[in-house]
Amino acid sequence: MPKRFMTIWFRHLKTDWFVRCNPTLVATAFVLAAPDHGRMVVTAANALAQTQGIDLGTAIADARAVMPGLAVFDDIAGLSTKLLTGLAGWCIRFTPETAIDPPDGLILNISGCAHLWGGEKKYLTDIQNRFIQFGYDARIAIADTIVTAWAVCRFAKENNIIESGQSAAALMALPPAALRFDTAITERLEKLGLRQISSFINMPRPSLRRRFGTQLLQQLDKALGHEEEQIIPLIPLQPYQERLPCLEPIVTAKGIEIALERLLNALCLRLKKEEKGLRHAVFTCYRIDGKILKLEIGTNAASCNSNHLFKLFEIKIDTLEPALGIELFTLDALKVEELQAVQENLWGSFAGLNDTGLSELLDRIGGKVGADKIHRYLPDEHYWPERSFKLANALNEPLQHAWKAGRPRPLQLLSKPEPVEVTAPIPDYPPMNFRYKGTLHKIIKADGPERIEQEWWLQQGQHRDYYYVEDEQGNRYWLFRLGHYDTGKLYQWFIHGFFA
Amino acid sequence: MITSKADIIKQLQKEIISLQGFKTKSENNNANTGLGSINNAFPNAVFPFGAVHEFIAATAEDKAASLGFIAGILSSCLKNNGAAIWITDTGNTFPPALQTFGIAPDKIIFIKLNRAKEILWAMEEALKCKGLAAVICEVKELSFLASRRLQLAVEQSQVTGFILQCNPRVINTTACICRWKITATPTAFADDMPGVGFPRWNVSLLKVRNGRPGNWQLEWTAGRFRHIHTIHTIVALPQKKTG
Repeated sequence: MPKRFMTIWFRHLKTDWFVRCNPTLVATAFVLAAPDHGRMVVTAANALAQTQGIDLGTAIADARAVMPGLAVFDDIAGLSTKLLTGLAGWCIRFTPETAIDPPDGLILNISGCAHLWGGEKKYLTDIQNRFIQFGYDARIAIADTIVTAWAVCRFAKENNIIESGQSAAALMALPPAALRFDTAITERLEKLGLRQISSFINMPRPSLRRRFGTQLLQQLDKALGHEEEQIIPLIPLQPYQERLPCLEPIVTAKGIEIALERLLNALCLRLKKEEKGLRHAVFTCYRIDGKILKLEIGTNAASCNSNHLFKLFEIKIDTLEPALGIELFTLDALKVEELQAVQENLWGSFAGLNDTGLSELLDRIGGKVGADKIHRYLPDEHYWPERSFKLANALNEPLQHAWKAGRPRPLQLLSKPEPVEVTAPIPDYPPMNFRYKGTLHKIIKADGPERIEQEWWLQQGQHRDYYYVEDEQGNRYWLFRLGHYDTGKLYQWFIHGFFA
Repeated sequence: MITSKADIIKQLQKEIISLQGFKTKSENNNANTGLGSINNAFPNAVFPFGAVHEFIAATAEDKAASLGFIAGILSSCLKNNGAAIWITDTGNTFPPALQTFGIAPDKIIFIKLNRAKEILWAMEEALKCKGLAAVICEVKELSFLASRRLQLAVEQSQVTGFILQCNPRVINTTACICRWKITATPTAFADDMPGVGFPRWNVSLLKVRNGRPGNWQLEWTAGRFRHIHTIHTIVALPQKKTG
């Protein structure tokens, strides 16, 4: 497919933005100024100021002398890049590949996009009208190469769509500055009287190289398409993305569902062919008022089951506000993994944690109540009870080491030990009775103590002496004493768990 | 051949029993629970897997005892590389302790939820998942409607469900096939050694559909259940209709 590029030049980017923010400025001549070498210098002037001859680089004092009523505002550092980034993001509705061209331009790769609007002319008019509505004075050109489009956009008087293969003809009448050479080269060309590209474009290449260096030839090659030029897209192209532009804005939930279903089917079909599955996907809706709405889902295992993925999104569809309508839907698979081959189960045995049904179930539950509510635990190398297990990162994360066994551990562990009153003979006997929540428990049998020391490299504090005790009803508890028995020091008893 | 009325009734009763989730010995290819004579309380003398069992615990101690008994049954469900989901409202379960009952704690997925509605929804969704061996759920109360939904879910999927009501205000009639109450009883060593012995429970089967409720004393020793009193203790109560 032949490549086509569009360049957009905002002639008064910053001042147009000021007018957008403050519409009363529309009929006043004003400039933006920034300090430079101890004086204020014009960094942007609106069209009215420019007609008076005030241009970039004029000192404010001179400008005031020319036009006493001139309004001056402080320039904002980094404003143009910020504005361009915003505009480039907005332009994604016209083509997925947009780039900024500081200080005042955008470059769009529109290969294969224009026919959706019924031809390049309609495409260009549509974009231009949108910018006029926004209040931006934009000049747009379309050509085979970026350099040609840039030159035509800034230097040609009319005819801003250059047909395929007509690049050389279009450049002929333009000045050398249109090819963005270094100032030294432009000045030398000017000095030699080469004021149009036509006057040197057909000169022998060796003599051009000898006189002007390689840059001139390189730019010419780029302009004529002999050398390929790439743009750096604002949003890197997602390898797994599906787009669905809509003729009419979508406002109903049913409409959104249909759009989502189509995108999912297309994406899953592609993933299935490549034997891949997605782990994280984003469904983006571009609203006509410029807002972007997003829905995100994650899965526990790579999946290309469109029905399942649809269910995950479905729970969240009612959070979308279509307002006046959504004109473009995109679906990106941000994280894609190899699909694990599904093996048929032998009868009587389970697939365990690798079961597809299980991971789909957890996706559904996680989608509704939050994935942070679902835990799987693995052993950790600590004796301290609260630290003896850790959260697993994945459903099929293997065990690094075995679970510790041997010591009695309660089935129910209180998240925070609760203080109890005890009667205990000193120094190291288990308590005779204890009072917990107002009930007195008489201890009949006991095991212990099992001393667990603090891990000083993690936490400071006293050790715990654990006792496994049973009261007269047969209920079994895990009690501990914090610290040593010592007349001078405080020690305290706690209940930490219930045994089965 | 003319079959008598009694035969037809017997045949129909059998069908109803199998619809409720009770299986005959030949159908039940699951591992044996090791519950021994307790199995005689159920129709066909087979422990009903693929059904919802209801447990009632009044105190935190009873809850721990009930979960211990459930864990004992769960260990036989989890053979053959099974996985289970454990839905809890407190999140107090201490995973390393499950090893006492022969369960690999990493085979269990814990879901901690706060609202009863979410817990029951998650339980129902989990019970519909055929790849699971069992689902355990701790909830404050179970209404008849919710239990009916759970029962319908397991009838399709044949997953075993254990639902534990912790300190319920009202005990509702439910559609679960049995209702258990487990309390801890004092442990003892055979030769009067000091210290706390193996976990020991008083197991009451309060209700069972078409079966005979009873009372037993069990101990968890060396990775299996052991009856304390070998005497048969099924209570000869007049059979009540449940559910």
